[in-house]
Amino acid sequence: MTVTEDRPARREIGNARKRKEDQRLITGRTKWTDNIQLTGMLHLAMVRSPFAHAKITHIDTSEAKAATNVVTVITGADVAEEQGGLPTAWAITTDQKTPVHPSIAVDRVAFAGEIVAVVVARSAAEARDAAELVDVDYEELPAVLDLKEAATDSALTHPDLGTNKSAFWQFDSANAGTGSAVDEAIAEARESGVVIEREYRQQRLIPAFMEPRSFVADPTGEQLTLWSSTQIPHIVRFFLAVVLGIPESKIRVIAPDVGGGFGGKLQFTPEEIITVLAARRTGKPCKYTETRSESLMSGHHGRDQWQKLTLAAKSDGTVTGLKVDLMADLGAYAGVVGGGVPILGAFMFNAIYKFPAYQFNCTNYYTNKTWVDAYRGAGRPEATFAIERMMTELADELGVDQLEIREKNWIKHEEFPFTSVCGLEYDSGNYEEATAKAKEMFGYDELLAEQRRRRESKDPVQLGIGVSTFTEMCGLAPSRVLGSLNYGAGGWEHAAVRMLPTGKVEVVTGVSPHGQGHETAWSQIIADRLGVPFEDVEVLHGDTQISHKGMDTYGSRSLVVGGEAVVKAADKVIEKARPIAAHLLEASVDDLEFKEGRFGVKGTDKGMGIAEVALASFTAHNLPDGVEPGLDSDATFDPSTFSFPHGTHLCAVEIDTETGGVKMRKYVAVDDVGNIVNPLIVAGQVHGGLVQGIAQALWEEAVYDDAGTLVSASFVDYLVPTAADTISFDTDHTTSPATSNSLGTKGVGEAGAIASTPAVVNAVVDALRPFGVKDVRMPCTPERIWKAIHDRGAGGDEPTENAAMPHFDEADVADRTDGASA
Amino acid sequence: MIPAQFEYVAPTTVEEALTALAEGGEDAKVLAGGQSLLPVLRMRLNVPSVVVDLGRIDSLRGVRDDGDAIVVGAMTTHSDVFHDPLVREHAAVLTEAIEQLADPQVRHRGTFGGALAHADPAGDLGAPVLALGATFTIAGQGGTRTVEADDFFEDLFTTAVQEGELLTEIRIPKYTGWGGHYEKFVRVAHQWPIVAVAAAVKVDGGTITEARVGLTNMGSTPLRARSVEQALAGQPATDEAVRAAAASAAEGTNPPSDLNGDADYRRHLATVLTRRAVLAAAGA
Ligand SMILES: Cc1cc2nc3c(=O)[nH]c(=O)nc-3n(C[C@H](O)[C@H](O)[C@H](O)COP(=O)(O)OP(=O)(O)OC[C@H]3O[C@@H](n4cnc5c(N)ncnc54)[C@H](O)[C@@H]3O)c2cc1C
Repeated sequence: MTVTEDRPARREIGNARKRKEDQRLITGRTKWTDNIQLTGMLHLAMVRSPFAHAKITHIDTSEAKAATNVVTVITGADVAEEQGGLPTAWAITTDQKTPVHPSIAVDRVAFAGEIVAVVVARSAAEARDAAELVDVDYEELPAVLDLKEAATDSALTHPDLGTNKSAFWQFDSANAGTGSAVDEAIAEARESGVVIEREYRQQRLIPAFMEPRSFVADPTGEQLTLWSSTQIPHIVRFFLAVVLGIPESKIRVIAPDVGGGFGGKLQFTPEEIITVLAARRTGKPCKYTETRSESLMSGHHGRDQWQKLTLAAKSDGTVTGLKVDLMADLGAYAGVVGGGVPILGAFMFNAIYKFPAYQFNCTNYYTNKTWVDAYRGAGRPEATFAIERMMTELADELGVDQLEIREKNWIKHEEFPFTSVCGLEYDSGNYEEATAKAKEMFGYDELLAEQRRRRESKDPVQLGIGVSTFTEMCGLAPSRVLGSLNYGAGGWEHAAVRMLPTGKVEVVTGVSPHGQGHETAWSQIIADRLGVPFEDVEVLHGDTQISHKGMDTYGSRSLVVGGEAVVKAADKVIEKARPIAAHLLEASVDDLEFKEGRFGVKGTDKGMGIAEVALASFTAHNLPDGVEPGLDSDATFDPSTFSFPHGTHLCAVEIDTETGGVKMRKYVAVDDVGNIVNPLIVAGQVHGGLVQGIAQALWEEAVYDDAGTLVSASFVDYLVPTAADTISFDTDHTTSPATSNSLGTKGVGEAGAIASTPAVVNAVVDALRPFGVKDVRMPCTPERIWKAIHDRGAGGDEPTENAAMPHFDEADVADRTDGASA
Repeated sequence: MIPAQFEYVAPTTVEEALTALAEGGEDAKVLAGGQSLLPVLRMRLNVPSVVVDLGRIDSLRGVRDDGDAIVVGAMTTHSDVFHDPLVREHAAVLTEAIEQLADPQVRHRGTFGGALAHADPAGDLGAPVLALGATFTIAGQGGTRTVEADDFFEDLFTTAVQEGELLTEIRIPKYTGWGGHYEKFVRVAHQWPIVAVAAAVKVDGGTITEARVGLTNMGSTPLRARSVEQALAGQPATDEAVRAAAASAAEGTNPPSDLNGDADYRRHLATVLTRRAVLAAAGA
């Protein structure tokens, strides 16, 4: 670990610093896209389709165009020639069927919420008012709303494609030469072992970031500037160039402070293109900020899979094979990652277990619903849920402890590095240690004893204990691997370190923080590396004029890929400074050592600080021959492999069998994310991730009605939890440093969300075992749990009733409005 | 989202407010705390031409002692009602209901009268005031009138308050010495109740001498569980007796089915929550 050499007296790495960006983020005294005001700026309002699938037969914009201060109204037909189609970066197969995705629908809409016209006016209020006046005639078409029905092609999401099927993708360990044949393993287990077969539902979720999406486009000046509340400014710039045919050099994209994303802003959106189109047409800066309702309805959704699983094991519990059959709902269109999301889970169903045979099959389908793309964990939560539920079912089938069955099958710590049945090399880990620690913190045996007591006494409150010993692959990603998966980009990251003459340091990073705390962590890394004070480091990001290249932030990649680029750039600064320092100190380069920010001549007390070298290099009055002024350096890092964090999560829930209500009793998470740069930031990521994963287990679901209207269309019905709904988590760590980056770090951004969902559902099901319950569909609502206990509704496995609570609707039905609004 | 344009008036007396309402006619809307009205306006589910803000009418704020009753001004915020010692002493079930209503922000803006006039069947205040037999004072151009709780809630979002009228105050008889409890069942804390039960009981030497029980979200209006009340009278405050009485809690109800549960599940919940509310109110 090179970082432990040259370590300054007070190490910044490992220090639980409060985040330097928090004051401005929490008070809001900063630049978000929506508070950008430009002279002469115009505002947009969208007219969206209320129908899931319909032909647009006529659009009358005359009344809207005549309204006060309306500059123009744009329909799909108006821009059909110039708007291009929204791109997908990942066609998972060469024969993937991908529908054309116009930013403004031209003659047909494929989901409720799709944009059919755009009003441009001098104020946001006037734009909204005029949007109500746009008159659109639709002719409804049969809509595809159910994933399983989509597979039958009885109705078509896009009639032109002739099928709802987008692509089929398979990984087979026998074909890949990384394992044996799964069907043989299953056949053998049917004869002489155990076969567990289950079907699980991954409900549709909504990322629900805090800051709604907002875009400002300024067409004045040589470069068109787009401010975007995005996770991916660099990718947006590339796509804008490709889709609209603007030279990339003529585009500047800025992601100012961005209020959360969770994958929901890992997207190139219709609204982004439309804002740019409107700005180009009017020659004026244009702004669009979505409402929360629009965000929930038309920002992309996540998950939405049916998972058919077959697990084969010997009768002693040794697993012998796993077969996965997925159906994934892409919604109406293939997004940026789109069809690739389930594939990101393809290599994770085998998880930490030594399956000798494995097969993964996935078919992606289109439906007339909001498009589905990456959401915190993207593919891996789905995989982890499935395998962790299955391992618990295997334990139940064999009547052994949930952790025992896992331990029997997991990779032992002395077996690392270990090549999985998918051919991935897990670099490091220690499942035994994490599990032992978690069990102790949890009081595992005491809780089991309490569970027994409650079962014996038929206590109306039953206790359930859930387990999840997860791993995941993150740190996206080795460019070569992405290439082999037909993904349209690389996975490297870029950084630059600029030494200013005053000794201050600017770090330019290609990742694009939206709440993670990169400014703090990067400053800590640089402070240690260059021996400068933490406060002297400024981290710059998100503006393609400053951070001119990068692959942005998602997939728990920023620290493990981007942080490593920062380290490499800093090391180059030191190497650039070394000959200058040697020259000024009149010493040989070989006699210099760099320690705590100072070049010292070995065996003497002579030396100079890096700030002094920076100034000398700036004035350039006395540099060695042939040495260029300036210490600034940049570096690009392309990881050789993924990052494999892991952990043991234990959850205890109390179930009120009279109401079906769930109360969390205890949650312990022992995560191994390698070396930790800032424990406070890691704790924040773990806590936030846990809540999001628990929310999938218990609360959140995007529900559509039979007409294809999103029912959970506000936070009244889409139940995002608050601090009041969660308990205080007990978190700790084990440390198995990653071997693939010099900091020894592993990704932590998604871990909590990946691990927690199955821990909670396993706990719920565990509490209900005495009632013969083997599964409860997510979200595990009190109603489903109660019905499962009382054997009504097939083990709680009924879809959610599709009506919203009517807190606003009925009393105040539109008196003077008509026309579609959002 | 942005509401459509409307005219805004902020009168300082009830008379001025009534005049403004009369002038506005059917397109006028009263604004109290705005916690229900503003979302409606922002989603453009309603487009009033004039909004009459009651926020500056001081006489509508506060709780006062009126002999055998307490009187709550319509514009008293949830938070102020919650902290009021008179309410806590004489109508404990209300204090408990408000403690669980929405979140602190909403409780600081939303008002007692606004919530009752809004008459959301899932609103937390209807069942307690119904159970406590409150009287509603309604002011109109022709003077004021009073309406008993049993006649106040007419339907989903519909009360006895007519166009051009204002709810000014709510008179609640004192239940000094009674026990009160509001049992609210939710999935997340900031949610409207899936079902809730308000219970006020008088216990004398271990016997329930009188009980009042109101149900939230078991129909298009808050409901009195009269059969439960009758069954409880004279019963011992024990789990067994209360369980038996609570079994009829869902009788005559017509609960909704939605994302949080179907009608059958709600009927079942009503019996469980009624038992719990009554036992807690009885201190048993
Ligand atoms: C996030 C959120 C969560 C909530 N959760 C809950 C909950 O769990 N339980 C619950 O009970 N409530 C909940 N509410 C609603 C809350 O209680 C509101 O405060 C209440 O419903 C309306 O009160 P208001 O003072 O805000 O009235 P407003 O919104 O101003 O008005 C509501 C309606 O009543 C009419 N009105 C108001 N005052 C009068 C009057 N004096 N005379 C005649 N008409 C009048 C208005 O014209 C309007 O139609 C929640 C609200 C929000 C925003």
